[in-house]
Amino acid sequence: MTRVRIDYRWIAVFAILVTFAVPWFLWGDSRVFAGLPLWLWWHIGWMGLTAVVFHLFTRTAWDRGIVGEGR
Amino acid sequence: MVSALGVQLGVVGAYLVVALAVGLLAYRLTSRDAEDYYLAGRSIGTVVLLFTTFATLLSAFTFFGGPDLAYRAGPEWILVMGVMDGVLFAILWYVVGYKQWLVGRAHGYVTLGEMLGDRFGSTRLRAVVAGISLFWLFPYVMLQQMGAGEAIVGLTNGMVPYWAGAAGITVFMIAYVVIAGLRGVAWTDTLQGLFMLGVVWLAVGWVATAAGGPTALSNALATNEPEFLALGGGLYSPQFIISSAVTIAFGVAMFPQINQRFFVAKSSAVLKRSFALWPVLVVLLFVPAFILGTWAAGLGVAVPEGANVLPVLLNEYTPVWFAALVIAGAMAAMMSSSDSMLLSGSSYFTRDLYRPFVNPDASEAREAWLARIGVALFATLTFVASLFRPGTLVSVGDTAFGGVAQMALPVIVALYWAKTTRTGMFAGILGSQAFYLAHVFVPAIEVGSVTLFGATYLTWDYALWGMALSALLTVGVSAMTAAAPEENQSRFTDGLRAD
Repeated sequence: MTRVRIDYRWIAVFAILVTFAVPWFLWGDSRVFAGLPLWLWWHIGWMGLTAVVFHLFTRTAWDRGIVGEGR
Repeated sequence: MVSALGVQLGVVGAYLVVALAVGLLAYRLTSRDAEDYYLAGRSIGTVVLLFTTFATLLSAFTFFGGPDLAYRAGPEWILVMGVMDGVLFAILWYVVGYKQWLVGRAHGYVTLGEMLGDRFGSTRLRAVVAGISLFWLFPYVMLQQMGAGEAIVGLTNGMVPYWAGAAGITVFMIAYVVIAGLRGVAWTDTLQGLFMLGVVWLAVGWVATAAGGPTALSNALATNEPEFLALGGGLYSPQFIISSAVTIAFGVAMFPQINQRFFVAKSSAVLKRSFALWPVLVVLLFVPAFILGTWAAGLGVAVPEGANVLPVLLNEYTPVWFAALVIAGAMAAMMSSSDSMLLSGSSYFTRDLYRPFVNPDASEAREAWLARIGVALFATLTFVASLFRPGTLVSVGDTAFGGVAQMALPVIVALYWAKTTRTGMFAGILGSQAFYLAHVFVPAIEVGSVTLFGATYLTWDYALWGMALSALLTVGVSAMTAAAPEENQSRFTDGLRAD
């Protein structure tokens, strides 16, 4: 039972990672920080976060949804 | 000026020859690995797998097309490529790639067509999948030749014509495949990838220093192209960003040179490491490459007709030899990635089309020769097509990615839903291809207030609608039809074991 719930949790996590890789809430914003647009800094940081979350996924949840049901 | 041209051509020529020699040497030194690779011995390690896949990022589409688009429309292309390559593609790497790896390991598949053909008990399906993949590989290889031609025009300020650059890379491409062996040298991709990554950061540093630092550059941008700093606007609507990212990501996962990699990883550890490193690599490469294009716009760099912005910018702000080195490096990287495109393409041709339909008993030597001739012919035809320059690098690439992406959802449905039927697969794959091709080739017509065969419906790209149609057809028709007796319904779901 828990296994299924965790699957949905990871799907939700992935959906959030995809959605906010573009900072939609900064749409039209032209503020610049250290020579680059603020929205670009968000993107760079978000990609770093994504790499960390992906790493956690490979550590704790790899095989989810593919192998393991009924094992 | 003559001496500058001499330096440019000397550096480019020398680099390409050295790259070819290194490829040859690498192939000799690692012949066992390379052989395994050709035989798809499922023995590719993390670094090589990651970088041969990464080398696809070093295609003309990203390396020359991307900066061009950033120059013309603003740096938001970084976001599109980031979402697409860094996040969506990584997820597909797991959903499609890991699953295909497990299925392929259990049953010994080497191509996508082979896997689907066996599951659905249909050689015809196998041929259709291979044929569609090769069809869309054509514009993608052509894109490399267009990129090389435009880069040479930009570098030499038009003194060397476009066709000469395109022809040059074609000759090297064929030489690479024929001399360095049909086996492909995965790790020269790695060396060239690392070289390009280093050089593009050097280029950013150099241009930034020469132009007074990042702050001065963003001030110039605020003065000359104020809308470039704001997120969105112009070309970049939310619909454009989402459509491009989704269709390209799914397309990448279905392209032969990437999709075949899913079968060849040594262990799941290889796939895991690549998966987590993906977003970091994407940022490291794309942010500097595309920001250079954006800066060029702010600096008011004028790009001659039919040239790339990158060489023009580098020529203006860095020494002649450095600009030539960057362009040579990019061309060499494109050349070696074209090598893996052609290699995968030839295995689709020989395994999925030639053997099942023409000559099932062909000897391996005959098959190897046929593949070489096929590669030379294919590259020559794409070269001829590249002379017509049917669009910008990004538009040609986008069309190719969108076309091959139409297969992605039927494949994913088949991988995860055991009730998928052969008829459903045919409906989903052929239906969406027909829809997509019609939109590429039929001119837009107005019917009442609706535009048919235009670029978008309700502001969303037709490629996205095609993908929705492919899923709908696959699921709908599968639900309405029964599996044929030759189908192996449990093939993708039962008996999969992790390491």
